[in-house]
Amino acid sequence: MSGWNRRHLLGLEGMSAAEIELVLDTAASLKEINQRTIKKVPTLRGRTVVNFFYEPSTRTRSSFELAAKRLSADTFSLSASTSSLTKGETLVDTARNLEAMAPDVIVIRHSSAGAPHLLARHVKHASIINAGDGTHEHPTQGLLDLMTIREHKGRLDGLEVAIIGDIAHSRVARSAIIGLNTMGSRVRVYGPRTLLPPAVETLGVSVAGSMAEALEGVDVVMMLRVQRERLKDVLFPSLREYAQRFGLAPHHLKHAKPDVIVMHPGPVNWGVEMSPAMAEGPWSVILEQVANGVAVRMALLYLLLTGEAP
Amino acid sequence: MNRILLKGGRLLCPASGLDQTGDLLLEDGRVAELGGEIAAADAQVFDCRGLVVAPGLIDLHVHLREPGHEYKETIASGTAAAAAGGFTAVCCMPNTEPVNDTRAVTELILERARGASARVYPIGAITKGLAGAELTEMAELAEAGCVAFSDDGRPVPQARLMRRAMEYAATFGMPIVCHCEEPSLSAGGQMHEGPVSTRLGLAGIPAEAEVLGVERDLALARLTGARVHIAHISCADSVQALERAKAAGARVSGETAPHYLMLCDADVGEYDTNRKMNPPLRSPQDRQAVRQALAQGVIEAVATDHAPHSVLEKDLEFDQAAFGVTGLETALGVMLALVEEGLLTLAQVIERMSAAPARLLGLPGGRLEEGGPADVVVIDPHRPWTVTPDQFRSLSANNAFLGRRLPGRAVLTICGGRITHRLEDAL
Repeated sequence: MSGWNRRHLLGLEGMSAAEIELVLDTAASLKEINQRTIKKVPTLRGRTVVNFFYEPSTRTRSSFELAAKRLSADTFSLSASTSSLTKGETLVDTARNLEAMAPDVIVIRHSSAGAPHLLARHVKHASIINAGDGTHEHPTQGLLDLMTIREHKGRLDGLEVAIIGDIAHSRVARSAIIGLNTMGSRVRVYGPRTLLPPAVETLGVSVAGSMAEALEGVDVVMMLRVQRERLKDVLFPSLREYAQRFGLAPHHLKHAKPDVIVMHPGPVNWGVEMSPAMAEGPWSVILEQVANGVAVRMALLYLLLTGEAP
Repeated sequence: MNRILLKGGRLLCPASGLDQTGDLLLEDGRVAELGGEIAAADAQVFDCRGLVVAPGLIDLHVHLREPGHEYKETIASGTAAAAAGGFTAVCCMPNTEPVNDTRAVTELILERARGASARVYPIGAITKGLAGAELTEMAELAEAGCVAFSDDGRPVPQARLMRRAMEYAATFGMPIVCHCEEPSLSAGGQMHEGPVSTRLGLAGIPAEAEVLGVERDLALARLTGARVHIAHISCADSVQALERAKAAGARVSGETAPHYLMLCDADVGEYDTNRKMNPPLRSPQDRQAVRQALAQGVIEAVATDHAPHSVLEKDLEFDQAAFGVTGLETALGVMLALVEEGLLTLAQVIERMSAAPARLLGLPGGRLEEGGPADVVVIDPHRPWTVTPDQFRSLSANNAFLGRRLPGRAVLTICGGRITHRLEDAL
């Protein structure tokens, strides 16, 4: 296995299977730290990680913060409401100012696709981690999804994965599709046509014609969150109809493999994309996804800052 | 007496069918003598052997930004850019601040253009303030010097209003230049809708948003019999619509821009805002259709849609960045690259950048003839150069071809007998 040669993590697009495996293996070895009584190692002592969040996020931000702290890095957070953004400072300006304080890593969440790429073009020293850019990619989510699947299935190649819901506006779906394709799984998507991006099949997926077809023989189901503001864009008529036609209920899973797992990037709209009964079954790995999120982010900080496998 | 003698160049004037080696004498702003060997005492002589001597290029579609946005471009800097690119005349769009919707603004532009490096022909607004509600006083604007009307940058929203605009403009024999777009379909879009927009996670602008606008305005052209010119055609279906409308006898024409001929949606790359314009770079199939249409003359003219923006509008997140790219200084070089590719002959390029634009909007120039204006460009088609921001005369550097190597360029530009651009060491 080769070493780590990347300065930034902007997306899963362009990452090789070997690179992804290195991240997942590193995450697996670091995960154990999170179960210790003293959940801290000195590996990144003296390094600084900035969490730069232009969009509200509790879960991803706290996950990055925990990951950095457990490796003994110093962290601080900037959010749109506390930064000069509200004073009209541009992203490039903010980046230059941030860099003047010599952080080692800048984690950025932004509502504009490509914002991390813009940042990466303007910083001279820091590493950039994309924590979600518009409707483009959310690579750390994609990696934690891959990690969770691999833990359950023991492999990532040859799996059948269904991703259901708002593919068009989902950076989670894009990163998952890219990562799964790279690792040799097959992905099918299902959702109302209004929520599938144009030329979706060019992402390397097939489009299912029904819920039953989407779930037929799958190893993994990934449900996506419905954003209520999409109702305003008239992308579907009502939450009621969405829940009836595109929501996942236990009876759907008879089409899937018996050991199917159900994933969701959270937070779940219970009663919309998933029936409340889904919370009870053996399928859900949602909380494992959250736990793996910390491990994957520790692994990335580690690899970006040390450039080597542990 | 101001005399310039261009010796031994390839005199190339598609409008008059001239293509021969010979001399050209310019005297007091006019072409005095053309062809053969000319002797002229006390003339400033340029050795043009191995070079092409052609009518000055004419750009139907530029944004000079003055008045109002002088930090992006001024009439002085924009015409200097034009001259550097081989242009001797430009038509400037009305989306300045204030909008060119009154005689006073037209006169201000013409006043500022006096002594500038290229002739400036203002295009007046169709609607007051480009607001899409009330017609401008077109007769007065025409009298003040406007050569056409357009709400470029914004489609006229209502078909009924556009119909009235065409009819009213036709009363005075004035053409309408259409920015064709169905805004309810393109709203929020950042680039061409297709596999690349899906991969980049950017909201798409489907080609159909342009086509719906083109079809509407061509239908209205047939209804009204008005002279209608379709701006910045970027896709295959627009080309077909234009071809059908012409076959049906409508008095319509079209232009495209060098970036639609050379680039496609994949060239947005990693969110390069210098590849963001409206209409957007389309699919490779669209590019091919637009290329063919230009070669066959369905699209008559090349115009740059020169749209300068500063880093304040461009060094931003892709979806926050302004639409538009500069083009005056790279257009000829890009077209020469298409000559090298074999798409067009050099004569066709000159025709589509001089004679055709002059004909379409009824402008002077576009040909070399004795007694005609001394608007001339000398081109070295084989003088490769790399596009870098430091050499622009435009105040803005938001060019889609930065870093590209282009095969040739204008080495000498003469407008009204005055040298407006001369590439040092080239001749």
